[in-house]
Amino acid sequence: MIVSLTDVKSGSKVRVARIKGGLGIRQRLNCLGIHSGDVMLLQKSGFMRGPVLVNIHGNQVALGRGIATKILVEVD
Amino acid sequence: MRITLVGQPNCGKSTIFNHVAGYKAITSNFPGKTVKYSISKMTFQGMTSDIVDLPGSYSMTSFDLAELEARKYLLREKIDVVINVIDASLLGRGLELTLQLLELNLPTVICLNMIDEAEAKGIIIDTDKLSRLLGVPIVTTIAHKGWGLNKLFETAFKVGQKSAKSESLNFSKDVEQVIKDLSEDIKKTDYTEKFNVPHRFLATKLLENDQDFIDEIKKKDTEFIKTVQGYQHQLEQCRDRSSDEVVSSERHHLSMQLYESVVKLSKPKKEIRNYLDSVLMHPVFGYISLVVIMYLFFNFVFYVGAIFEEPLLDFFYQFLPYAEETLGADSLLYHIVSGVVQGLAGGIAIVLPFLFPFLLGLAFLEDTGYLPRVAYLMDTFLHRIGLHGKAIIPLILGYGCTVPAVMATRILESERDRFITSVLTTMIPCAARITIIFGLVAFYLGPKAAIFVFVFNIIVVAIAGKILSNIMPEITPGMILEIPAYHVPSIKILLSKVWLRMKEFIVIAWPLLIIGSVVLSLLKHWNLEGFINQLISPVTLLLGLPVAVGVTLIFGVLRKELSMVMLVQALGVANISTVMSSTQIMTFTIFVLFYVPCVATIAVLIKEIGSKRTLFAIIFTFLIAIILATITRFVY
Ligand SMILES: Nc1nc2c(ncn2[C@@H]2O[C@H](COP(=O)(O)OP(=O)(O)OP(=O)(O)O)[C@@H](O)[C@H]2O)c(=O)[nH]1
Ligand SMILES: [Mg+2]
Repeated sequence: MIVSLTDVKSGSKVRVARIKGGLGIRQRLNCLGIHSGDVMLLQKSGFMRGPVLVNIHGNQVALGRGIATKILVEVD
Repeated sequence: MRITLVGQPNCGKSTIFNHVAGYKAITSNFPGKTVKYSISKMTFQGMTSDIVDLPGSYSMTSFDLAELEARKYLLREKIDVVINVIDASLLGRGLELTLQLLELNLPTVICLNMIDEAEAKGIIIDTDKLSRLLGVPIVTTIAHKGWGLNKLFETAFKVGQKSAKSESLNFSKDVEQVIKDLSEDIKKTDYTEKFNVPHRFLATKLLENDQDFIDEIKKKDTEFIKTVQGYQHQLEQCRDRSSDEVVSSERHHLSMQLYESVVKLSKPKKEIRNYLDSVLMHPVFGYISLVVIMYLFFNFVFYVGAIFEEPLLDFFYQFLPYAEETLGADSLLYHIVSGVVQGLAGGIAIVLPFLFPFLLGLAFLEDTGYLPRVAYLMDTFLHRIGLHGKAIIPLILGYGCTVPAVMATRILESERDRFITSVLTTMIPCAARITIIFGLVAFYLGPKAAIFVFVFNIIVVAIAGKILSNIMPEITPGMILEIPAYHVPSIKILLSKVWLRMKEFIVIAWPLLIIGSVVLSLLKHWNLEGFINQLISPVTLLLGLPVAVGVTLIFGVLRKELSMVMLVQALGVANISTVMSSTQIMTFTIFVLFYVPCVATIAVLIKEIGSKRTLFAIIFTFLIAIILATITRFVY
């Protein structure tokens, strides 16, 4: 099932399906090690429309709400 | 020879730089501290060289001004050796930058730093194998302990003398073929000379749609852009993805392959810090912890400072009656002597007792890695005033000194965010104004009143932010921020950092303080003080302050400390509460907190946001100061 990263529960493992939005945001996420096809762990889903926290290749990255909605992920 | 430290943010470049250059570049545990390159001379085993510390950059494509600075330096300056610093605990990601650096064909050494962190994560790296695969020497280090750094520089000098050039690694066949073809076309032009980069580097960057190169070429040569687009199209066809994604995922896969072939994973160590975030970043406990930490910090500064302020003041002021007796109260000499004594006293007794514990506490928070957690917690609130979480970092640094805080806005991606954040940082009480809050408000009106001032200040900054973002409505790009692992700060580095920041006070502010005090004494002696106070009386009268306070407001624009320290002198008493009521003390503090940034800040604002916007900032903050101080006069 493909959903946006903001719709996933904390603690779930997801695979990045696609990054919506322009070149800029995709490249910036790539730089932090987030590419389509990568598996990451959603450590904390946002609360009060706050940012989400993901663990990607053993590194924590905080993503603002606006960014997180643009990341489409596969959950099983 | 010129050795340049290059690497992703927060991998320890500045720590290595400081090891050979002396503590000159601020280091802390969050990405993006260094926003401007620094250069220093170094000698190593009798050899000399320049060493350059660059801002961190995730890749050779730049997204903020700090990364742009690093890229410009790498592409434009003459570099004899590149030391590519990699955080070994993030090797896989670090290699993506390395692959791009290798394409530059410069003599390169790889420094695998934070080996201790990698080990804690259970990452064991076969460095010999990695070195063979990449074709460059590798040295492992633990920079903050100095471990391995001799070997690193020994290797760097050797590589520099041999000037052995690095070679790029190859991607998959089909992609590599497109890069080769484009390279051939580039060879027919003069772009490699023009941009001073190897053709393969330029070819991959063009395929990646690198804005800087594309724009530069577009200006004159639309024909060539068409050629580039043709190749981009080819890539898109063979992978069914946009060409920039093809290149970046090739790089990603190559890095991952390298990573997997050299890394053995074992069980990570069990450590308390792995559990810290479940409290400190918790939706409820996170905010509670934030408040508790700030409260403890406040008390630490207040109690340490209060122990020293009074006895030190008494110590200095005991000399004045003695000087008055021997020199005569009206003599010029007495005025000069009392000016010097009061200037010295202000620095030692009022400023230092609070400045030292404050800077120590700030350095501690910076080095543990707590600040990015605050950015995470505050993101949702900053969104409501039209900014995003990263903006909290310059704002927090603003509590130290406004000048580096304004420069730290370079880590923000959009110009509008940088402008708004810059203006807001000038309203955050810097260490100088904090000493005013402690030395005046906490000292005379009690710690609760001081806490009120800090909280009130935050509310005002938030409202000002809201106003500014309504004037400039634009959606901020949103936060993407790495949250690094917690570190135990090294005492030596903490103290060096505190010393570096205090030095600024000691060599610049203190002499000014003494000169200012003497000038004020002379003004008093020649009865000119009254004239200046008269000029400023519209403000002082409006705020209901003693007219004698006027002159200190002028001095405060030079350095914010001056306005309080000289208050003592201007009023002619050691104990301010005898001549100013609590309301007046509060009104004065609120006014000084917000009115007009100091000269050093104005200078850096002009550089970062331009003179028109600086003028706006000055007027904006002055209006806020006047309005709030007038209100304080009547309600406090
Ligand atoms: N555990 C550990 N910590 C280190 C090591 N080297 C540096 N540090 C710490 O890591 C943090 C980041 O170091 P910096 O030197 O500021 O990093 P930088 O690469 O200059 O970072 P930017 O300027 O933001 O790009 C500091 O708190 C250092 O004390 C190391 O080998 N091991
Ligand atoms: Mg640095």
